[in-house]
Amino acid sequence: MIDVRVQMERFDPGVELAHLEAAGGGGVASFTGIVRGEGGLVELLLEHHPSMTQAAMEEIAAEAARRWPLLGIRLIHRIGGLAPGERIVFVGTVARHRGDALDACAFLIDWLKTAAPFWKRERFADGQCRWVDAREEDGQAAARWG
Amino acid sequence: MELDLLYFAWVRERIGLDGERVTLPPDVIDVAGLVAWLAQRSDGHGEALADRGRLRAAVDQRFATPDTSIIGAREVALFPPVTGG
Repeated sequence: MIDVRVQMERFDPGVELAHLEAAGGGGVASFTGIVRGEGGLVELLLEHHPSMTQAAMEEIAAEAARRWPLLGIRLIHRIGGLAPGERIVFVGTVARHRGDALDACAFLIDWLKTAAPFWKRERFADGQCRWVDAREEDGQAAARWG
Repeated sequence: MELDLLYFAWVRERIGLDGERVTLPPDVIDVAGLVAWLAQRSDGHGEALADRGRLRAAVDQRFATPDTSIIGAREVALFPPVTGG
C-alpha cells in the first residue's frame, strides 16, 4: 500500500496514478513538483543522505497513513542533476473519500520539504552555483499539521 | 570513542571532505559539543560550522538537535536545513 522510491530515473505520473486508481478507493489526489527554469537556471542538483533518505520518507508516509484512512500512498523523489521542466517529486494518495486523499497529499509534500534529507543546488547559465536556502514558509506549512 | 562523520551540501564543500572518522575526547557527549570540538580542527571546519543557526544534524540516520546525545553513536551527519520536495 505504501510505495516509496528515491531514484535518478524519470517517472511517469500516469503510471503512478493508474496504480492508485487500482486500489479500489473513491478518490485519488496527487502533487507533481517540477524544476522551475527561472533566472537562467540550467540545472538543479539534488543531493541526499543516502543511508537515511529512504527510511525518512517511509516514516513520513507511515505518519500520513496513521492520520488518514488511506488505501495507498506513492512517493517518488529524484536525485542527481535535473533540467528545467523535469519532474522532481511525486506524491499520490488514494482514499475512499476525496477529503482524506487531498489532505494527506498536502501533508506529505509539506513534510517531504522539511523532514527528508535532500538539498538542492542551482547552477546558472553564467556558471554560478548556489545552494538553495530553506524557506521559512516551508517550515510554517509543515508546522500547521501539528 | 571513534565516530564516522558525514557532511552534506555546503557543509561538505566548505570542509572539503564528504566525511571522516574521528576519535573523540571523552567530554564530547552531544551534538553541540561535537560541533564545537570539530570547529577547531581546521580553518575549513571552523568556517563551515561557524553559522550554528543554519546547521542541522542526524545521529545514526535520525534527525537530531544540539542536545542529542552522541554517546554510543556510530555516525553523525552535519548539513544545512533540508530543501527537498
